[in-house]
Amino acid sequence: MNPNPPQPAAATAVAATNAIELADVTFGYNRRQPVLKGITMTIPRGKVVAIMGGSGCGKTTILRLIGGQLRQQSGTVRVGGQSVRDLSREALFALRRRIGMLFQFGALFTDMTVFENVAFPMREHTDLADPLIRDLVLMKLHAVGLRGAAQFKPSELSGGMARRVALARAVALDPMLVMYDEPFAGLDPISLGVVGQLIRKLNDALGITSVVVTHDVYESLKIVDYLYFVSAGRIIAQGTPDDVRNSTDPFVRQFVDGEPDGPVPFHYPARPYAEDLTAHAR
Amino acid sequence: MNRSTIDLWVGIFVTIGFGAIVFLALKVGNLTTLDAKPSYRLEANFDNIGGLKMRAPVKAAGVVVGRVESVRLDPKTYEAVVTLKIDNGYHFSKDSIASILTSGLLGEVYIGLDAGGDTQMLADGGKIAKSQSAVVLEKLIGQFLFDKASSGAPK
Amino acid sequence: MPASTVVRGMRRIGAGAINAIARCGFAARFFVAVLYHSPSAFRRLQLTAREIYFAGVLSLVVIMVSGLFVGMVLGLQGYDSLNKYGAGDSLGIFVGLSLVRELGPVVAGLLFASRAGSAITAEIGLMKTTEQLSAMEMMAVDPLARIVAPRFWGGVISMPLLAALFSVMGVFGAYLVGVRLIGVDNGTFWGNMQAGIDFWPDITNGIIKSVVFGVAVSLIAVFEGYDAKPTAEGVSAATTRTVVGGSLAILALDFVLTVFMFRGMANV
Repeated sequence: MNPNPPQPAAATAVAATNAIELADVTFGYNRRQPVLKGITMTIPRGKVVAIMGGSGCGKTTILRLIGGQLRQQSGTVRVGGQSVRDLSREALFALRRRIGMLFQFGALFTDMTVFENVAFPMREHTDLADPLIRDLVLMKLHAVGLRGAAQFKPSELSGGMARRVALARAVALDPMLVMYDEPFAGLDPISLGVVGQLIRKLNDALGITSVVVTHDVYESLKIVDYLYFVSAGRIIAQGTPDDVRNSTDPFVRQFVDGEPDGPVPFHYPARPYAEDLTAHAR
Repeated sequence: MNRSTIDLWVGIFVTIGFGAIVFLALKVGNLTTLDAKPSYRLEANFDNIGGLKMRAPVKAAGVVVGRVESVRLDPKTYEAVVTLKIDNGYHFSKDSIASILTSGLLGEVYIGLDAGGDTQMLADGGKIAKSQSAVVLEKLIGQFLFDKASSGAPK
Repeated sequence: MPASTVVRGMRRIGAGAINAIARCGFAARFFVAVLYHSPSAFRRLQLTAREIYFAGVLSLVVIMVSGLFVGMVLGLQGYDSLNKYGAGDSLGIFVGLSLVRELGPVVAGLLFASRAGSAITAEIGLMKTTEQLSAMEMMAVDPLARIVAPRFWGGVISMPLLAALFSVMGVFGAYLVGVRLIGVDNGTFWGNMQAGIDFWPDITNGIIKSVVFGVAVSLIAVFEGYDAKPTAEGVSAATTRTVVGGSLAILALDFVLTVFMFRGMANV
């Protein structure tokens, strides 16, 4: 297993700083129970990187730390070379305008149409005239294949369609970094394929960096450049898709093969079975 | 529900809301009466004002001609000094009488002005010389009992 | 009772009290933040107008119908009691004062808290649960300015208008019952009312009360929505807190305001 993430070519090393760097980050919602313990990861520019792990292991928390919605207790989180925690309000807002995020299940604004949803970031952050906004919105919707659904309300969309609209909204301002929180959750096989392909194509076409938090192994292996595996707040494995497919690490194997029991146990810690069954007899 | 419909309804709502406030002010309250009209002030002294309140009406021949503006106690004579605000259109002679009356048995207390015959009229800041104080019920009853006792045969 | 249970009970009470105070402090800071972000709510008048529609216009039917019925009942009950003292002619002023000073602001406020307040809380809570607020934050748009402040001001602007409409419908209802049904003289009804109710202090104090109630209920509604736990039970609990808390706040503030405003009326 290659412990080092793919490095940019030496000649362009100076120009291409890493898009995101986490160095020994520890975070917990309350002091006593850290959710992340000493996380270190690097995400180079222009790559699609997946963060995988079971439910509740802290994957979404990493995204929130990158976006500045949470502050780590120790360690540094750098985006484009800047430490997120030390940014002023204006600088943080400026940073967020260059980050797009796709939330789980879309998080579309339910009181607006699809068109209005995608136009939202443009209206809020630019002074573009209405005709220009209209063209841009239709372009983004066309890129995800939903130009014809522009006048629908989010409640009228299927899960897959809502996810794609949210994707269009996430890239509305041509960000430098896009974060995807469980983009494959709950989708039918066709939509899975569509979303996966869109993530890859948009990343390459727009020259952006993508971070995908997911536990869908099959789709991820098809589209990402590098993977990190998180369990119990630590990175326990990392590598390229080929490394992962051929890995002998027990956790990676259990995850990739979908084995019910392994390093992540099937049984939640409990008393011995016989003891539990005969307890009432005392 | 498009924008123009919402705007229309909000406009209607705000209009009738303000209309309701104006209605309350004019029809239910008495905003139009008196407060805005130009007026002058007169003073009158009373031994007892009874239940006279601020903004109580001042009536002449039953017509409202002004309002009671303020009431204070004269520290030297221990009389109540009442300031009346009278509309500019009405003038009263110097020998007018100001009485404290009640409209009906349980009605509100007001000041009645009876004009006199003097040719000279009271001007702004003038003092009404003659006044009749309020009838205090207890004193009336006491008077009645006293009269009854003195007119009855001694036992 | 074993000592440990008592101790545990005390700890729970203490923790609850500290929690409540902390929540009050958070609510106060939240209020300041909402005020701070208010200018943008007014720069984008469309946003606030939309909220006035949802809070005010959609409450019109409930408020006006309730006002009508309350006025009619006041007319009936009022005439019944007043007539015993031969004061049937005072029906107008009795109904007018009751509505303008108290019932208009208070009952309209209670209805507003249950109808519009709970709707606002549920909407914001649901937006929190479906991560719409987070999404907005990540798009560098402050949800306080875009979502919360317009709803707050929508409520504050709607309340006095609704209270006035309630009072007007109440007077009309009493007129229907008193003049049309029972036979109180039309002129006396309106004449006594006009003579006895002054713009200052009766009507203006009624307006001030409804504005204060509007601020209280709207603040509670947006706060509970914003602070709700992002689950179905959380939103439901928050909606309940809005209705209960808002109603209690109205009644408590009504008492305090009445003491300040009308205590001088007993004297000259």
